[in-house]
Amino acid sequence: MTMTKNRDITRQAATTNDVASPVCGGECKFITRDVNVFYGEKQAIFDVSLDIPDRSVMALIGPSGCGKSTYLRCLNRMNDLIDICRVEGTFLLDGEDIYSGAIDPVLLRARVGMVFQKPNPFPKSIYENVAYGPRIHGLAKNKADLDEIVETSLRKAALWEEVKDRLDAPGTGLSGGQQQRLCIARAIATRPEVILMDEPASALDPIATARIEELIDELKENYCIVIVTHSMQQAARVSDRTAFFHLGRLIEEGPTEQIFTAPREKQTQDYITGRYG
Amino acid sequence: MILLATLLVLAVAALGWWLARRRARQVELRAHGHRDRLHSRPVYHGLYVAIWTGVPALLLLLAWIVVQGPVLDALLLSSLPQDVVRGLDENARAVLLNEIKTRAAGNALPGQPAPYVLEAVQRLLRWRAIADMAALALSLAVALAGLAFSWRRLSPSFRARKAVERAFTWLMLLCASLAVLTTVGIVLSLIFETMRFFTMVPLSEFLFGLRWEPQIAFRPDQVASSGAFGMIPVFAGTLLISAIALGFAVPVGLLSAIYLAEFASGRFRAVAKPTLEFLAGIPTVVYGFFAILTVAPAIKRFGEALGIAAAPNSALAAGLVMGIMLIPFISSLSDDALAAVPNALREGSIGLGATRAETIRHVLLPAALPGIMAGVLLAASRAIGETMIVVMAAGIIATLTLNPFEAVTTVTVQIVTLLIGDTEFDNPKTLAAFALGFVLFLVTLALNMLSMHIVRKYREQYD
Ligand SMILES: Nc1ncnc2c1ncn2[C@@H]1O[C@H](COP(=O)(O)OP(=O)(O)O)[C@@H](O)[C@H]1O
Ligand SMILES: [Mg+2]
Repeated sequence: MTMTKNRDITRQAATTNDVASPVCGGECKFITRDVNVFYGEKQAIFDVSLDIPDRSVMALIGPSGCGKSTYLRCLNRMNDLIDICRVEGTFLLDGEDIYSGAIDPVLLRARVGMVFQKPNPFPKSIYENVAYGPRIHGLAKNKADLDEIVETSLRKAALWEEVKDRLDAPGTGLSGGQQQRLCIARAIATRPEVILMDEPASALDPIATARIEELIDELKENYCIVIVTHSMQQAARVSDRTAFFHLGRLIEEGPTEQIFTAPREKQTQDYITGRYG
Repeated sequence: MILLATLLVLAVAALGWWLARRRARQVELRAHGHRDRLHSRPVYHGLYVAIWTGVPALLLLLAWIVVQGPVLDALLLSSLPQDVVRGLDENARAVLLNEIKTRAAGNALPGQPAPYVLEAVQRLLRWRAIADMAALALSLAVALAGLAFSWRRLSPSFRARKAVERAFTWLMLLCASLAVLTTVGIVLSLIFETMRFFTMVPLSEFLFGLRWEPQIAFRPDQVASSGAFGMIPVFAGTLLISAIALGFAVPVGLLSAIYLAEFASGRFRAVAKPTLEFLAGIPTVVYGFFAILTVAPAIKRFGEALGIAAAPNSALAAGLVMGIMLIPFISSLSDDALAAVPNALREGSIGLGATRAETIRHVLLPAALPGIMAGVLLAASRAIGETMIVVMAAGIIATLTLNPFEAVTTVTVQIVTLLIGDTEFDNPKTLAAFALGFVLFLVTLALNMLSMHIVRKYREQYD
């Protein structure tokens, strides 16, 4: 879909062996190098190289329109759905190029799940929402197995207690916060390794937001989580590392502590102190 | 003459508009910067006067047109020699009046007119001249009166804008009620004629009868002198043809909608969508030709190859062509329904690692189902009410059969055949058409209401 000559050349230059990660040593889930993304003629991401460690939370922050979502959507090839979008650069997931012909984007998305800004449960029952992924990927051998997956996913998403008596009720009938946790459960149910979250709490009230943040904190025990957020407080609360984007470029990346207390770049400091954005 | 009067009234109204506007403009100029400014802009002063001048006079002319004919008729009749009129029944009187009017218009009729007819012609011409002059004078008087009245009411503080707005509100109400009243009128006349039919044919025979033979004898002693009016075989024919049409159109329309909405490239879509909609613009007569000349012979040959005797006007031919006509309906409504499914659902499913086809089958189609259903119901109501294709391509004899290779007739075909030719409105053969039409109306009304109900429920889902 978005294979270009240009990208093939970059891939030759950057094989797994060349890119030793300075950040996370052997523990890196994602290694991305020289990423450029275009919407038609317009370039949205410029030369971004970023490493994402496993079993931790990476926050992408930056002013609106700086390309956070665009970068995030490269990680599970969601940008393939946009005709005019062209992606260049190297994306290694566990050392494997996810844009190579050997990788089926459909299977990739089962490994790299996604939670969207606006809760988007399917117009089906709560049970069917969670069972959707396992059914498609044939993860359950029988009904009992499927019940089990649904229950554990809902438990991991901290929703089980609230919905266990009404699994047949439509998912769209839940509150906004519950819907978003349902979407997280739905993503967990396909047994992903990475969960991408694009401003998962921006449509929610403070209490629901707090629940989602707690949940992220628990999930990072087992998953690699990449979260886009426009709230710096949220990034500071939930993430281990933070990457600051500005106008399509990665300005600075580092441990969240350091980014918020001692940013190296002036632009980062301006953003953190609320001087723009 | 009436035309001249209308033009004169309009001219006076235009004059009033111009005068009032000019006066208001002068006031506006004089009062520039002062307190006693105009309440309304000059154009409203003009419109106000024009409305008062034109509308009552034009309404008067309209009423005049409606009333003049019947009044003159009555006057003519009463002026004819009493012994002539008394011997005539209603129809003969109408014929006589018609003769007088035709001669008055200067057209020749065979035969020598009776002297009293010639006198009546003269009278009619004289009266008409008087009536025309009266209409002209009266409408002009009303127009001028309106002009004077509104002119005197105008003053700088007069709220002409409000008055004009109210007048336009009334105008809109009038138009809206016209549409509603027409519908009510049509339905009422349908009901009325249907009731007359049921005074001649029992309701139970009509609803449950298995024979439809609406031929009525010309002579009472003729064989098979009474017809049979059981609607079952006729409706069965309609249902058979509609079912064939939908059975063809729903899968084809739906699949093409899915392809267009989810898979097609922008360029293909840009060509295919207008082409599909172009199908909807083809007159049904043309489809009828297509059915008779192309599809029916092909089906006959196909039937022969299978060893089935196919009628030249088989239900299959009419149904298939009607199905082609319905494809754009179903595809464009299904396309809309699919496009209305939020993109978030599409991405949500793809993001879980579902393929496009899985996304369509498990998420998009269920979400779009109400819209698709509504489209199918609308198409069904079109199919049931479709007339031209079946008049040309279906049969006339009512046969009760499920065999698509046989000829069947439909409700609409029967209505057309019953009403064609010399028909009188007091025999069951003619009135049966109204009864059929009424039932047809009820069925399509129910289908349309059902589909509207579904669409409304569906809207609420994604707000
Ligand atoms: N589907 C698209 N088509 C064209 N341009 C897009 C599309 N999505 C995003 N963009 C552009 O790419 C840039 C980055 O957008 P995005 O990644 O959504 O920013 P963020 O998530 O940081 O607010 C913006 O300038 C935006 O206008
Ligand atoms: Mg965004």
